[in-house]
Amino acid sequence: MSDFNIMEDKLSNAQIAWRAAQDIEDGSYVNLGIGFPEMIAKFQPEGRDVTYHTENGVLGFGKAPAEGEEDWDLINAGKKAITLNPGASFFHHADSFSMVRGGHLDLAVLGAYQVAQNGDLANWRVGSKGVPAVGGAMDLVHGAKRVAVVTDHVTKDGGPKLVKTCTFPLTGVGCVTRIYTSLAVIDIEGGKFILREKLPGLTMEALQAVTGATLHTDGDVLDLIVPEDL
Amino acid sequence: MDKTISTVAEAVADIPDGAQVMIGGFGGSGAPIELIHALINRFRATGSPKNITVINNNAGNGYIGIAAMIKAGMVKKMICSFPRSSNAEAFNEKFLAGEIELELVPQGTLAERIRAAGAGIPAFYTPTSFGTELAEGKPTEEFDGKMYVRERWLKADFALIKGQQGDTVGNMTYRMAGRNFNPLMAMAAAKTIAQVSELGEPGSIDPQQVITPGIFVDAIVEVAQPQQEEVLVRTGVVY
Repeated sequence: MSDFNIMEDKLSNAQIAWRAAQDIEDGSYVNLGIGFPEMIAKFQPEGRDVTYHTENGVLGFGKAPAEGEEDWDLINAGKKAITLNPGASFFHHADSFSMVRGGHLDLAVLGAYQVAQNGDLANWRVGSKGVPAVGGAMDLVHGAKRVAVVTDHVTKDGGPKLVKTCTFPLTGVGCVTRIYTSLAVIDIEGGKFILREKLPGLTMEALQAVTGATLHTDGDVLDLIVPEDL
Repeated sequence: MDKTISTVAEAVADIPDGAQVMIGGFGGSGAPIELIHALINRFRATGSPKNITVINNNAGNGYIGIAAMIKAGMVKKMICSFPRSSNAEAFNEKFLAGEIELELVPQGTLAERIRAAGAGIPAFYTPTSFGTELAEGKPTEEFDGKMYVRERWLKADFALIKGQQGDTVGNMTYRMAGRNFNPLMAMAAAKTIAQVSELGEPGSIDPQQVITPGIFVDAIVEVAQPQQEEVLVRTGVVY
């Protein structure tokens, strides 16, 4: 299919989130970053028992409450109202970040401005202007057994977000293990991007052209297939 | 050892100019609004305390609580992880005008620095921020093949915290996610001042349910129907 248009035929954020959700394992403890990554919980496959962690001190939270039923002492790290699932627990911030840095979480999923081929992540600020704010991003990239990123494959003006070396300020060094993009699923191993899946209509050449570092393969590259009606 | 103080005004009466003050809460949950507003009242009436350094995860929201302290001009410096909240105009304006200092600390490092101070541990190593601009100038060391950054403890002269149940000897519980930084800050300040929704006699809290033991609390005041920061922000209250 030579008529593939990267800006029009790429996956939506919901579709990227759906794909990331398929890899969340039964019985795992997971932290989803504020914003786009939070959407992944919506697509958690049925039958999998997943416990979600939020930095401000809650394990085992559930869906957002109905409007008007918020209790503002019960919020997540994005300061949105949440509810509790049976088996939930509260704890203070030092315990919460012990769960993070102590290697107790199975998976953290974050957004990105840039990811480098060695796993460096830039996701907290794009320059030196304005008010800087880091929150828990620099902690979350260390300690989870897997650190994944969900992101558009390219910037709004079509430039690569997967790069040789990050030019934006770093959040963490060599920390990302898998990237779910609007075009592909890519692992980071041995300082290289290893292509695992790509959209079926997209050629290797076209994908490489919008990627800032060499895409390697290691075995078959599978078709990245997601539901259309998300 | 009765630590009860009868009013929030008395509770904050001896916080001096230039004090370093930890304030509990994460966003609106667990924020001791009445203690903060009592401090603002004192500043408005007497011009003191001024040049305060505030330690909190955020830098205030709307025009109440910490944001109102900043707006009133009592705050010299913020030590926090996430000042850029959705409704943080009070801090943003001062910061962009160069009228307030900022020490930005990753959230887990902030919590651990406070905990370390409370535990008498002057420094520790963490992987957080290694290789980033927030680690510039800090000592690093390799342990078992991985690089770590050395961080110092973070102490305060005062901590203002909020709990749910308390007793007159300072034992405390917290309401839901309102726990956050409160138990850590209680340990890390020279003087910890707590507001609680229900204040009882010793024995009114089951010892098995105590989260902050009274040894960490110096003064405790009952605020029976505490205001909730998020509700105030959403209803547009200006303090």
